[in-house]
Amino acid sequence: MEPRLLIVPSSFFELGAFFCFYVDEERVGIKHMNVQQVILKLQSFWAEQNCFIMQPYDVEKGAGTMNPMTFLRSIGPEPWNAAYVEPSRRPSDGRYGDNPNRLYQHHQFQVIMKPSPPNIQELYLESLKALGIDPLEHDIRFVEDNWEDATLNAWGLGWEVWLDGMEITQFTYFQQVGGLDADPVAVELTYGLERLCSYIQDKENVFDLEWEAGYTYRDIFYQPEFEHSTYTFEVADHDMLQKLFVTYEKEAGIALDKNLVFPAYDYILKCSHTFNLLDAGGAISVTERTGYIRRVRNLARKCASIHYAERERLGFPLLKAEKKGEA
Amino acid sequence: MGKALVLELGFEEIPAQFVDLAQNTFEANIRTWLKENRLDYDQLQGFSTPRRFGVIVSNLKEEQPDAIEKSRGPAVSIAKDENGEWTKAAIGFAKGKGLDVDDLTVEETEQGTYVYAVKKVSGVKTIDLLKETFPLFLNIPFPKSMRWGSNKTRYVRPIHWLVALYGDAVVDGSVAGIKAGRTTRGHRFLGETIDVLHADEFEEKLLSEYVIVDPTKRQDAIRQQIGLLEEEHNWNVDVEEGLLQEVTNLVEYPTALFGSFSEEFLQLPDEVLITSMREHQRYFAVHSQAGELLPYFITVRNGDHRHLENIRRGNEKVLRARLSDGVFFYKEDQKHSLDTLVSRMDVIVEHEKIGTIKEKSERTKQLVEKLSSAISESGDVSSNAARAAELLKIDLSTNMVDEFPELQGLMGSDYANRLGENEKVATAIREHYLPRFVGDDLPTAVESALVSVSDKLDTITSSFAIGLKPTGSQDPYGLRRQAAAIVNVTRHFKLSFTYEALRDYAIEISNAAAYPSETESLKDDLDEFFKLRLKAALEERGISYDIIEAILVSPFGRIDVLFDKADVLQELHDTKRLKDVTEALSRVNNIAKKQEGPADVQVALFEKDEERELYDAYVSLKDALGVKLLNGEVSSSFEELEKLAPVIHRYFEGIMVMSDNDQLKQNRLAQMQVLSLEISRFAQFQALVLPS
Repeated sequence: MEPRLLIVPSSFFELGAFFCFYVDEERVGIKHMNVQQVILKLQSFWAEQNCFIMQPYDVEKGAGTMNPMTFLRSIGPEPWNAAYVEPSRRPSDGRYGDNPNRLYQHHQFQVIMKPSPPNIQELYLESLKALGIDPLEHDIRFVEDNWEDATLNAWGLGWEVWLDGMEITQFTYFQQVGGLDADPVAVELTYGLERLCSYIQDKENVFDLEWEAGYTYRDIFYQPEFEHSTYTFEVADHDMLQKLFVTYEKEAGIALDKNLVFPAYDYILKCSHTFNLLDAGGAISVTERTGYIRRVRNLARKCASIHYAERERLGFPLLKAEKKGEA
Repeated sequence: MGKALVLELGFEEIPAQFVDLAQNTFEANIRTWLKENRLDYDQLQGFSTPRRFGVIVSNLKEEQPDAIEKSRGPAVSIAKDENGEWTKAAIGFAKGKGLDVDDLTVEETEQGTYVYAVKKVSGVKTIDLLKETFPLFLNIPFPKSMRWGSNKTRYVRPIHWLVALYGDAVVDGSVAGIKAGRTTRGHRFLGETIDVLHADEFEEKLLSEYVIVDPTKRQDAIRQQIGLLEEEHNWNVDVEEGLLQEVTNLVEYPTALFGSFSEEFLQLPDEVLITSMREHQRYFAVHSQAGELLPYFITVRNGDHRHLENIRRGNEKVLRARLSDGVFFYKEDQKHSLDTLVSRMDVIVEHEKIGTIKEKSERTKQLVEKLSSAISESGDVSSNAARAAELLKIDLSTNMVDEFPELQGLMGSDYANRLGENEKVATAIREHYLPRFVGDDLPTAVESALVSVSDKLDTITSSFAIGLKPTGSQDPYGLRRQAAAIVNVTRHFKLSFTYEALRDYAIEISNAAAYPSETESLKDDLDEFFKLRLKAALEERGISYDIIEAILVSPFGRIDVLFDKADVLQELHDTKRLKDVTEALSRVNNIAKKQEGPADVQVALFEKDEERELYDAYVSLKDALGVKLLNGEVSSSFEELEKLAPVIHRYFEGIMVMSDNDQLKQNRLAQMQVLSLEISRFAQFQALVLPS
C-alpha cells in the first residue's frame, strides 16, 4: 500500500514558490485579538466548562501553580475546577524592559481541574478554537515536557504545547504536590499569555502587544519592568532580604503550629519570592542555594500535610458540592 | 483457514523516544504468546505512532491444534504403597490434573521411576484465547509512568481506546477499564473517530483518516519529501538518523516544509545554529552542495499540505526569537577576556565538598602533565594539552552555555580561538567531553584524548574520594559512562600509560587537594570500579568470558594492551595452537601454586639440561616480555610464550619437580614460581576453557 501523502509534494511546491513572494501576506484564519480580549475569551470558555473564575492571588509568586487555588486545592480528594490569570514574577528574567521576550513579570492563564477530565486535551483544543486558532490551519503538537518544582516538592508529567513551533501552553498531570501523592490527579494548563498573544497579534516584541485598542503592553508595563529590574539587580538590600526570609520562615512555622494553613502558606510564598530576589541579585552561592530550597520545601511539605488533615477534619466539604464537582 | 488480527491501544501523545520501545516490546511479546499458544500465522507486523501501538497479524489460525499435555507426578515409591495400591499423593495428583487415578501411567526415566498424567488437550478457539494478550499492552518497561483522573492504573500517558478485532469479530475484554471494541481514532485534527469493520482494513482505514500507522512508511515519506526539497532547491540536507527517528515518532501524518532565517544569524558558529535548530525545534539544517550552511531549515508538520504558510511563518518567528537571543549572548560573551573567563571559574562550584571548577581545571592540568610525560609526548603536545586543561571549562560562565547547555565545549573552543589560542588548544577544548555516550564520536587528536581522559579521571577520583560512588542502578554523575569513555579513548589512541599509573597520579593529585582520603581504600574502590568497566567493554567486544577472566587480573597494565591481548586470544580461541600453549603454561602455573612465599632459584642446584634449558628460556622471556608488553607488542609477546611451550614439555618429561630431595624440590618449585609470575604478565592461562 502506498501512503497517499506521497502525492502531496507537487501541490506543496507550488505553495513553496508562493511563499517566497508573499511573505508579508496576512496569515489565514487568525483574527486579531488584543490581550484583554484573549483573557476574556479564555475566562468565558473555561467558565462554561464549570470552572470557578478566580482572581490573581495577592501575594508575589513565580507561577500560577503557587496560587493556593492550585497548590492547596490540588491536594486531597475534593473535586476542584478553577481558572484565573496570574501575574508571575521571575526576578532573574528581568531585563529592564529591553528584551523582546523576557520579563520580570509575565502573565499566565491558569486552569486547574481535579480529577483530570478524560477529554481535557480536546477541551484545551476547543479553547484554542475559541481564540480563532483552528488546528487545521496550524501545526499543533503535544511535546513531552515534565514539570518539577523543588521548592513545592511537586512534580507531574505532561507536555508543552507547540503552536507552529512555539511553546504556548504547559500541560501537566500532577503526580505529587507538597510531597503527597495526587489522588485523584489534577491536570493543570498554563497558557503563556504574552507568547500566545504575540502569536495571535504577529508581534516580535512583547512590548508591542496591544493590550486594548490604542494601548500597548509598553504603555502599561515598561516602567514597572524597568524599575523592578533596577531594584532587583542594583538596589535590593540583601541583608534586609535575608533577614526577611528568616522572619517569614519563622512566621510560617508559627502559623503551621496552629494549623493555620492559609496564613502559613502566604508566608511560604513570601519566602519563595524573597529567595528569588536574593538569587537574582547574585547573593546566594551554589551551596547556600540548595539550603534555601530545602527550607522552603520543608515548609511546603508540612503545609500540604496539614492542609489535607484540616480538610479531612472538615469532612472534605467540596466532595458534597456536586454543582462544580464534575465537569 | 485463518483470519487477520489487529490489536491497537490508543492514548494521549507519548514521548517520542518511547514509541519504538512500545512497538518492539509488544511485538516481541505477542510473537512469544502466539508461539506458546501454538497459533500459526503468516505475518506479524508491529506498528506505532505517538498516539497508538499494536500489531497486525495475517492469516492467524482460528483454532489451536490439539495437543498432548504430559506432566510428571510423584515417584512410584511415593505414588504406590507396599501393596501396589495408589496412595493419597497419587490420587491428589490425578485429581489436580482432572484425571482418574487409574489413568496415570508409569515411566522409567534417568532420574528414577515416576507416575505421569497424560492428557489430550483439545485446541481452543483463537477468539476465546485472544483476550489473554491484553495484559501485554501494560507490560512495557516505560521509564516513567503516571496516573490520571481517579484511575488507579499507572501508564506512560492516559489510555483512551482499545481495538481488538479478529476478522470481523471484537475480542471480548478490557485494558485498564477500557473495553475492547472496533472504534479507533483518526488523526487528531484531520481524521475522524471511525469503526473498523474487519481487521484486514485497519491500516487502510486509518490512512484515510490521516494516520500512517507504520513508522517505516512515515520515515520513508519524510525522507522522500526532504529529498524533493533538496532536488528542487539544489540543497544538501543532513538527515541525521536520530533526529529523523524522533520526528517520525512525533507525527502521525508527516509533511515536510522549509522556512528561512535572516542571513545575519549566519555570523553564529554553524554548530550553534545547527544545535539550536535541532535540539529546540527539531529542524533539519540545510547546506549548499558545496557544504556551506544556508539560512533555511526544514521542519516536519503533523498534518497535510494545507495552510503551510501559517506554519512556516510561525516557525520562522520562533527561530528568529531564539537566534536573536543567541546573537545577543554571543556578542556579550565576546566582551570578556580569557583572564576574566578563567577567573570566573573560581565562583562556580563543582560540588560543595570537591570545590570550584577552577580547582578542578588545575587538577586536570596537573594530570595532563603527568600523563604527557608518562607517555613522553613532545613539548608541543604536552603544552597544548596543558593549556587546554586550564581553559576546558571557561564556557560554563558564558551566556551561551547558560542558554544552550548542549554547546558546552564548543563555545569554549570558539571563544578560546577568537581570543588567540591555537587550533590544537581550541580543538582539545571542543573535544574534551567526547565520547559523551556509547557510540559517540571520539576525540580526533592526542591533545584532546589526554584532556578527555584527565578530566573524566579527575571527576571519578574526586567523587570516589568524597564517597560518591555509583550503586546499583544509581549513577547520578554518570561515572560509569565516564570510566567507559576513559577506556575507549585510551585504547583508541594507544595511550601507553598503565591503568595503575593513571590511578596513582589521580589519587596523588586528588589527595593533595582539600579532601584527602584513605589512599589504599580509594585504590581498591577504583580498581574494583574500573575492573567492572573493563569487563563490560571486553564483553561488548565479544570476548569470551574465560579470556576476560584470564587477562583481567591486577595489575591491569596498559589498557590498550589489555584489549590487544584479548583480541589475540579470541582470534585463537578454540584452536589447537592456543590449546597447546595453554596446556604447557598451565602446568607451570598449577604446580607453582604449591610454592609458598617467595624463593630464589639457585642455578648451582640444577641437575639436568632440561632445567638449564628452561632457566635460559625464563631469562630471555623475562628480558623480552615486560618490555614488549610495555611497548604494546602483543602478538610477539604471545610468540615468546609460544616458544616456551616445547621447552616446558621437555622439562616435565625429564624432571620430577616434587623430588624426594627437599632442596631440589624447593629449587624446582622456585623455578616454577618465577616462571609462572612472568607468564601471568600476559594472562592467567589456566583460566582458559580449552576445546575437548
